[in-house]
Amino acid sequence: MARLTINGKPYEFDVDPTTPLLWAIREQVGLTGTKYGCGIAQCGACTVHIDGTAVRSCSVPVSAAEGKKITTIEGIAAGDVLSKVQQAWLDHEVPQCGYCQSGMIMAVTALLQEKPKPTDADIDDAITNICRCGTFQQVREAIHAAAKA
Amino acid sequence: MTDTMNLNRRSFLIGSAAAGGGLMLSLTLPFLASAEANAAEAAHGIPPEVNAWVVIRPDDTVVVRIARIDMGQGTLTGLAQMVAEELECDWAKVTTEYPTPGENVARKRIWGDFATVGSRGIRNSQDYVRKGGAAARMMLIQAAANEWKVPAAECVAANSVITHRPSGRKTSYGKVSDAAGKLEAPKEVPLKDPKDWKLIGKSVKRLDTLPKLTGKQIYGADLKLPGMLNATIKDCPVFGGKLTSFDAAKAEGMPGVKKVLRVGDSAIAVVADTWWHAKTALDAIAVVWDGGENAKVSSASIAEMLKEGLSAEQAFVNNEKGNAKAAIVGAAKKVEAVYSYPFLNHATMEPMNATALYTADRCEVWCPTQNAEQALAVTAEASGLPIAKCEVYRLNPGGGFGRRSFSDYVAQAVRIAKEMPGIPVKLLWTREEDMLHGRYHPIMQAKLTGGLDSAGNLSGLHIRLSGQSIFASVHAAALVNGMDVATFQGYWPKGEASLEYTIPNLLIDHAMRNTHVPPGFWRGVNINQNAIFLECFMDELAHAAGQDALAFRRKLMKGHPQSLAVLNAVAEKGGWGKPAPKGHYRGLAHFRGFGSYIAACVEISVKDGNKVKIHRIVGATDCGHAVNPAQIERQVAGSFVYGLSALFEEECTVKDGRMEQTNFDSYDSMRIAQMPKVEAIVLPSGGFWGGVGEPTICVAAPAVLNAFFAATGKRIRTFPLKNHGIELV
Ligand code: FES
Ligand code: FES
Repeated sequence: MARLTINGKPYEFDVDPTTPLLWAIREQVGLTGTKYGCGIAQCGACTVHIDGTAVRSCSVPVSAAEGKKITTIEGIAAGDVLSKVQQAWLDHEVPQCGYCQSGMIMAVTALLQEKPKPTDADIDDAITNICRCGTFQQVREAIHAAAKA
Repeated sequence: MTDTMNLNRRSFLIGSAAAGGGLMLSLTLPFLASAEANAAEAAHGIPPEVNAWVVIRPDDTVVVRIARIDMGQGTLTGLAQMVAEELECDWAKVTTEYPTPGENVARKRIWGDFATVGSRGIRNSQDYVRKGGAAARMMLIQAAANEWKVPAAECVAANSVITHRPSGRKTSYGKVSDAAGKLEAPKEVPLKDPKDWKLIGKSVKRLDTLPKLTGKQIYGADLKLPGMLNATIKDCPVFGGKLTSFDAAKAEGMPGVKKVLRVGDSAIAVVADTWWHAKTALDAIAVVWDGGENAKVSSASIAEMLKEGLSAEQAFVNNEKGNAKAAIVGAAKKVEAVYSYPFLNHATMEPMNATALYTADRCEVWCPTQNAEQALAVTAEASGLPIAKCEVYRLNPGGGFGRRSFSDYVAQAVRIAKEMPGIPVKLLWTREEDMLHGRYHPIMQAKLTGGLDSAGNLSGLHIRLSGQSIFASVHAAALVNGMDVATFQGYWPKGEASLEYTIPNLLIDHAMRNTHVPPGFWRGVNINQNAIFLECFMDELAHAAGQDALAFRRKLMKGHPQSLAVLNAVAEKGGWGKPAPKGHYRGLAHFRGFGSYIAACVEISVKDGNKVKIHRIVGATDCGHAVNPAQIERQVAGSFVYGLSALFEEECTVKDGRMEQTNFDSYDSMRIAQMPKVEAIVLPSGGFWGGVGEPTICVAAPAVLNAFFAATGKRIRTFPLKNHGIELV
């Protein structure tokens, strides 16, 4: 039995403790905003926060997340009010296909918590997500816009 | 409906069947047919449509039907803009929906072609979707006029409101849409003059952004249906090989596993309650494969075969003028170079997937696809049911880039579901399966030989291509006397992918050398390698002639004003001919593909001889009409990321008949730190409709390579650059 707190809500389900957190979130909890892209911590599509830190959930077992605060893309808006990162993403029309963007937004949200006014170099170091559509130019613009908001 | 209309539609069906993939269809107003459909839909409580493209709800919401798929390229918004332009509706009230291919069949292909490939989402449907909007507007006005008992000519429409000019009476689209749907469609549907466009050409916001920011957007991989099970699959890693045997005993006892099954004669799948259970069980199964003869193939053996083609006697000739060989022999100076381009995987962010539900008399599939009509045909074939008993529902794709124009994964999902009747099964590939079973960018070598006269003018050019044909593999009927014309994309004597130089003696030919690796359409298709070959070689020639790379090109481009315009535009904005910042070097390239004219000027610096920083890329495109410039800019920048990721990092190599790269650790993709500043110039010269999603991809790589030569004096002719120790920083 695993006990997880996701987006402030408690969940309890029966799962092998070695199951990657990604698949527990997607399949046991049913939140599918967190994506599978590679399964080996390369692409960042599965990024969520554990206690405010961005992690690649495909490579973290459920057991390592028990008792901690997990936040997914579904948990960063306040009801209908988008987070400032989401709002910047909307204003700058960042997504193309959008598949990588949950992970991108979660990685950026964590970056801004740590460094509210990141430089381009900070962005280059912290944001290593893959986007096959190639939205990086808009991602960078939107990060700076969110930092100013 | 009249007989003429029936005849029109029939001739359309015949025309399209004969034309096959990739060709312009002889389409005749495919939107004339609503009264009949409305009767059927009313019975199901579906709001009636004005015509096949437009549904207007009583609250004035306008639903625009989109036949093509949006996989990120913005086509959905662009197509809606075109319908709305003619419809004169309130843009704020526009939403969209995808009709299904089954409906398209049932309604005699009223929406035309669903395939979203070849950068033709907009350019090949612009005419009839605009007519769809215009016809709907005319019918709405007519309905209002009928109600008011006034001539339609006295009424005008704007922003979803119809006004009777003499009396000032007004009504809204929502109020008359019911009546409009019952009217005969107009026979003559005039379109606006482009100079009167209000919405086309404007960077309106995309209609589909919000759900991509909140996790709410449902991609194929996210679909959940009641009672659904999950599956994953391994196909024989050697292309064309077979599944010999497997031991399912261990897997069958593992948690959640429902079934271990053979799929066709080459694959094994596990169906389980969750995908993670299915994957874990499949990994635990020892499988014996029989790769057959193909298991002997390697990258080295393929390269040998292509190398032989470079000097082979027989080759397909696509573009010939004068006598290139004689001109080169007699030239004052001869330049020769051999280039090669590797296999590439699309690596869409979302791996291949499809969900299928099979019962004895119906088969339904939910999937991301660029080719829904083909997916429907494949569903029918794999299920053994007639098309009328099958349906495909399109879900949002997490990228396509050409990979989702194939339906191999749909066939697999249906075969699995057929073993589990009545239960929906979602098949999701692992990234590893996706890397091992792509539809790869064709592999190609080229030998280029050029002759310069004593004044340094290019007197003769021979380009010999040797390598794989896509159409020989996927649609042999499109070959012309055995020749794959698409292989010559960008080198054609005329047409949408014409050679944009006038060279007195010219020969471009192709020694077709096909491999066992399945080729496919990879964003840009054959312009990727063809632009590198030609545009790097042009630089080599200019260098050999001791001339400036821009001046050398310009001399050969007198009869190509549109190409010259985009080349000049990037040269000017890129600062060509002016001193670059210290340590910065520039490179140029231009090309033509998918009807559009494109060019790039890059500025790079190189540290330690191998660390390349791209400071800026100025990219210009003349796509004729620019529907949404902001989205075009994103396609330009995005295509550069895709193309440069390949140039620096990516190749699929063959060992023992199978691909060696299995995930992003061995097949890397550009990150934000490596992203150059992209300055897009959109130069729509009007009068034609060119593609946007693909063409610009091909100019980034040769421009960078030419700049790399300027910086280091080194010509790199095989790719990716990582094989030469060169990295993008
Ligand atoms: S799916 Fe986790 S990093 Fe790619
Ligand atoms: S938006 Fe498509 S992968 Fe990033």
